[in-house]
Amino acid sequence: MKKAGFLMLLLGVCIVAALSGCANVAPWERGTLAKPHMALDPSPLQTGTRMHNYGSREAGASTNSEGGGGGCGCY
Amino acid sequence: MIADRNMKIILACIMAFFLLVTSAVAHFEGNTSPPVCDLTYEDGTPVQNWPEMKGKVIYIDFWASWCPPCIKSFPFMNQLTRDFEERGLQVVGINLDEERSEAEDFLKQFQNKFTIVFDTDKQCAKDFNVIAMPSTYIIDKRGLVRHIHRGFRPGEMEAMRELIDALLDETI
Repeated sequence: MKKAGFLMLLLGVCIVAALSGCANVAPWERGTLAKPHMALDPSPLQTGTRMHNYGSREAGASTNSEGGGGGCGCY
Repeated sequence: MIADRNMKIILACIMAFFLLVTSAVAHFEGNTSPPVCDLTYEDGTPVQNWPEMKGKVIYIDFWASWCPPCIKSFPFMNQLTRDFEERGLQVVGINLDEERSEAEDFLKQFQNKFTIVFDTDKQCAKDFNVIAMPSTYIIDKRGLVRHIHRGFRPGEMEAMRELIDALLDETI
């Protein structure tokens, strides 16, 4: 009976996963997704500069500043 | 006993679920004819179909303007055309762009020495079961699909050239 319960649960998970709205995107439908402005970070250089400035202004260590910034806007 | 029966039913449901969600994969490689396609040239005139090109080795390449490996594959296909056209190789690039203007802009930028055709309704790509961009299908002189290649990696192209060379040497 326990096994049947587990299988019921598994079936339920499968059905929920199928109903979650995932859809296959055909290769020829990926043109819009491939455009640069559709990237998660459309401007990596700008983001890098901003994070660098932010990290150096903050006095704490962060992923963007090695050992923490001085809080003066400089390294 | 009833529990066993229930379990069998549930297992059958799970199996049916996986059969339903697993998409059918058409397999052409080997001694199979390629699907007949309804393609057009840039000016809208229909393209002759694969059986009419029998006797030639056909290199069919599905491409789109937004796909970086497709850009890399263009010089390779130009070179193939230069090297093997006289021996009977026909390179056909089938464009799959959703916007024709994007393909036209691309073709202005990247020179092509081979035939470019358009699959307007994408039915050809569906029938060929294109799952990657670019996808290459090589048809031998008898009109059978002999090789399928997905993607474009320069390191693999020497083997492709050797295969085409061997297919061109075949007699019907």
